[in-house]
Amino acid sequence: MPDWNEDIRRRLATLTLEPTREMEIVEELAQHLDDRYHELRAGGATQADASRAALAELSEGGWLARELRRVERQVAAEPVVPGAGRRHWIGDLWRDLRYGLRTLLRQPVFTGVAALALALGIGGNTAIFSLVNAILLRQLPFRNPEQLVWVSVRRPEPGQFPFTLPDFIDYRDQNRGLDGIAAFANWSANLTDRGDPERLQGLRISANAFLMLGVEAVVGRALLPADDTPGQERVVVLSDGLWKRRFGADPQMVGKPLTLNGASYTVVGVLPPQFFFPIKEAELAIPLAPDADPWRDVRTSVHFLRGLARLKPGVTREQAEADLTAVAQRLRRQYPVANARKVGVTLGPLYEEVVGGFRLALWVLLGAVGVVLLITCVNLANLALARAVARHREMAIRTALGATRWRLVQQLATESLLLAGLGGAAGLLLASYGIDLLLALSPANLPRAAEVGVDFRVLGFTLALSLLAGLIFGLAPAWQATRVSLNDELKESGRGGAGGARQSRARGLLVVSEIALSLVLLVGAGLLVKSFLRLQGVHPGFDAENVLVVRLSLPKGRYPDRAAAAAFHDRLRPRLESLPGVETVGVVSALPLSGTMASIPFTIEGRATAQDEAPRADYRMVSAGYFRALRIPLLAGRAFNERDTSQAPSVALISQKLAHRYWPDGNPVGAHLRIDDNDQGPRPVEIVGVVGDVQHLSLDVEPAPHIYLPLHQAHEDAVVWLTGNQYWLLRTAVDPLTLSAAARREIQAVDRDVPASSIRTMEQYLAASVAPRRFNLWLLTVFAGAALVLAGTGLFGVISCGVAQRTREIGIRVALGAQAGDVLRLVIGQGMSMTLGGIALGLLAAFGLTRLMKSLLFGVSATDPLTFLVTAGLLTFVALLACWIPARRALNVDPMVALREE
Amino acid sequence: MDRELKKGSAELMILALLEARPRHGYEIGKLIEARSGGALRFHVASLYPLLYRLAGRGWIEGRWVERPGQRRRRYYKLTSRGRKVLAAQRSTWESFVAAIHRVTRPERA
Repeated sequence: MPDWNEDIRRRLATLTLEPTREMEIVEELAQHLDDRYHELRAGGATQADASRAALAELSEGGWLARELRRVERQVAAEPVVPGAGRRHWIGDLWRDLRYGLRTLLRQPVFTGVAALALALGIGGNTAIFSLVNAILLRQLPFRNPEQLVWVSVRRPEPGQFPFTLPDFIDYRDQNRGLDGIAAFANWSANLTDRGDPERLQGLRISANAFLMLGVEAVVGRALLPADDTPGQERVVVLSDGLWKRRFGADPQMVGKPLTLNGASYTVVGVLPPQFFFPIKEAELAIPLAPDADPWRDVRTSVHFLRGLARLKPGVTREQAEADLTAVAQRLRRQYPVANARKVGVTLGPLYEEVVGGFRLALWVLLGAVGVVLLITCVNLANLALARAVARHREMAIRTALGATRWRLVQQLATESLLLAGLGGAAGLLLASYGIDLLLALSPANLPRAAEVGVDFRVLGFTLALSLLAGLIFGLAPAWQATRVSLNDELKESGRGGAGGARQSRARGLLVVSEIALSLVLLVGAGLLVKSFLRLQGVHPGFDAENVLVVRLSLPKGRYPDRAAAAAFHDRLRPRLESLPGVETVGVVSALPLSGTMASIPFTIEGRATAQDEAPRADYRMVSAGYFRALRIPLLAGRAFNERDTSQAPSVALISQKLAHRYWPDGNPVGAHLRIDDNDQGPRPVEIVGVVGDVQHLSLDVEPAPHIYLPLHQAHEDAVVWLTGNQYWLLRTAVDPLTLSAAARREIQAVDRDVPASSIRTMEQYLAASVAPRRFNLWLLTVFAGAALVLAGTGLFGVISCGVAQRTREIGIRVALGAQAGDVLRLVIGQGMSMTLGGIALGLLAAFGLTRLMKSLLFGVSATDPLTFLVTAGLLTFVALLACWIPARRALNVDPMVALREE
Repeated sequence: MDRELKKGSAELMILALLEARPRHGYEIGKLIEARSGGALRFHVASLYPLLYRLAGRGWIEGRWVERPGQRRRRYYKLTSRGRKVLAAQRSTWESFVAAIHRVTRPERA
């Protein structure tokens, strides 16, 4: 029977209607010719005569097209008016949208799977972007934030260093490049007069800070410069979080008194929710009041202040830094002893200080989730190509009817965009849950977490991403699908092909790119896994298992001196030791991995050291039981004991690192140090023992040299710090958290005004110290896993389709004597050639890209060959698996059936 | 048959054929041919534009129907507007034919 389409197409060459309408017309006319042909044949006409007579029903010379166009125009009855062109375009779009929607609804499984995959991809991207947006892209919530800088002291050794109070005052008064400079320091307080006592983390901040930052209170007022004047009423401002958490957002709190560390403060205001303190956990702030701090107002006092400043308009950071460095050098000449090592001042953008540590990780994660979406798009493009093959005939007919290629692409792209829009909408919904999940999993020190959410920029991102995804997975297949020639199409269909070699090549290329992208992600995740394993393998220098940590802060008024602090210790220690399940109790002024640290200069008696080259060591005041509680090994000499009291000779323990550095060949036990831990000048201590090194700062930082002093021999000048920072450690024979309530009870029994608000296990501190790495690792591994699955399914789809297309070929090969092995080799060979191509490309890309994440790695090179090898192997294995199933199916091809299908 | 006469009566014939039940294009063409005893025949190129015009005016309505084992076909049925138009046209036509008849009948001497 003739195919009438060719003849109808010739006569309707000039007809350009909406594609569906055109198709319907052609189908109906072809149907009519068919009926006529069969009738003539039934009447005894030859094929040629019947065909000729049927065709005679179609007029020549374009009459039919003209007539049909006229009818359609009458039906539309649209007046020709200016702007009709635009209406035509809008009309096309509207028709395409409706047609696209109908097409998608006709294939609910494809639509559902594709929309879900897109929703996951777009949702993941939106969730991660919402973090990037809030943390990296949104300006800091201060007036002209680009002018704000972070101020720190520069020393010969690398790092940022804090100020002493006199230094801050000098910089404040003598600089010429800053519009204002503010200083702040940690400050914690026991809140005792409202319900249960609670330890609150806060800060002392120079009261000009809020004016300088341009921050106003939401209730009451912020601190004002006048609050720093001595003799003023004690005032406090609350964070939004504390105000809501502890005081139920009561606006009447302003003007009310709070008892903090036994002293009465008046609440003057509540800061806005998006305001964040430079110290992450701070919930309240009191004025610094420099003149009211006489014991710290000496140049040799502790460096406890951090600085914030605003540049004067027109002054660059470099100019202001040079000006402050000139002040620093003047002070160095003026105070050669105290300021010997303060060689200058460093100004860094405040933005960098706040978010700098998270920038790379967040961009890497956004890149990774972007790659997952890209792989999803590639998979969908593959799927769309397979569908396009099925629709080739439709495209061919439309082209034959005169539809331009651009018009067909437009219509197919509309379909893709519609699908991407569905995926985007669902993705946005998923992202709202994803954000909560991300925040729950994120490390506690994630900055600006309270600001993370969906705003207009996130919405715009999702919209743009959906459009981009739609174009990526829709445009190429649409372009490919519309590269049709009716003759080719008929020829290819005649051979039973499902789309021809061109589509197979295109799909193969997509799979290669998909495998390459997956490998990049897998290598990235592999490197993070290896880093994390290395980090987990680092011994912290102590045994964190079964240790309960209770942080206490003694009210300064009740515990003004060493004797009072020692008495508290001696009363509480036996009570805690007598609790069932408790083996040992120890106390330390700064817990390892808690973020608290302190260092002091020291000299070794009998060794000459230049004044400005005095070595420094981290130091901690500890009770006799501390080393037992954390099982820090004693390597030489003796540990502290109950006889190391204030009346006994001053003794110290040093860490192995310090011992190796200064006594590389000898025994330091019995040597004497002069430690500079007080305002009266260095004092002598005898080294009585050496203990193992402890990872105090974090697991990925080399342990610093340490000096340990007995709690009861702490210098009076350090007692203020010691009473404010006491970590009690209970080594237990049972689950440590089961002792929380009992420990709290015993503390209350000794002093009901001492709150035990922070009770955690040492393992929790350990886990928190690696939380940022775990967060990155977890997310990147999930993304890489998704990429692996997507790449595997993509390959599986293409190979399966290839097997279906080659059924006849395989049938002939089997009929000609091909063995199972030959067929397997044929199918698996096709898949593995794509896989190996993808792996080669992926390795090249990974080699370049993983260098970017160098600073996220620990103990492993960005081009670690083993990781590259293992991930490539894993991908190859998954690819083999993806090829195996279609290959097995190919084995079952019955040659007779395959040939009969022809 | 005269082309102008055919054109003037084509709409009425199609509407009348669809009055009883829905029919597809080929069937309509065949019925016209059969009932006219072969005097009237519509080719594809004139029948379908006419059908589309009637559908565009809302007098008839086309719908694709699929039957098991058969290709889908487009069936046309009369709409309620079509019914009114048919009634009007039929009446006009009958009056016209009667008038023509009266005019053209042979005069008696």
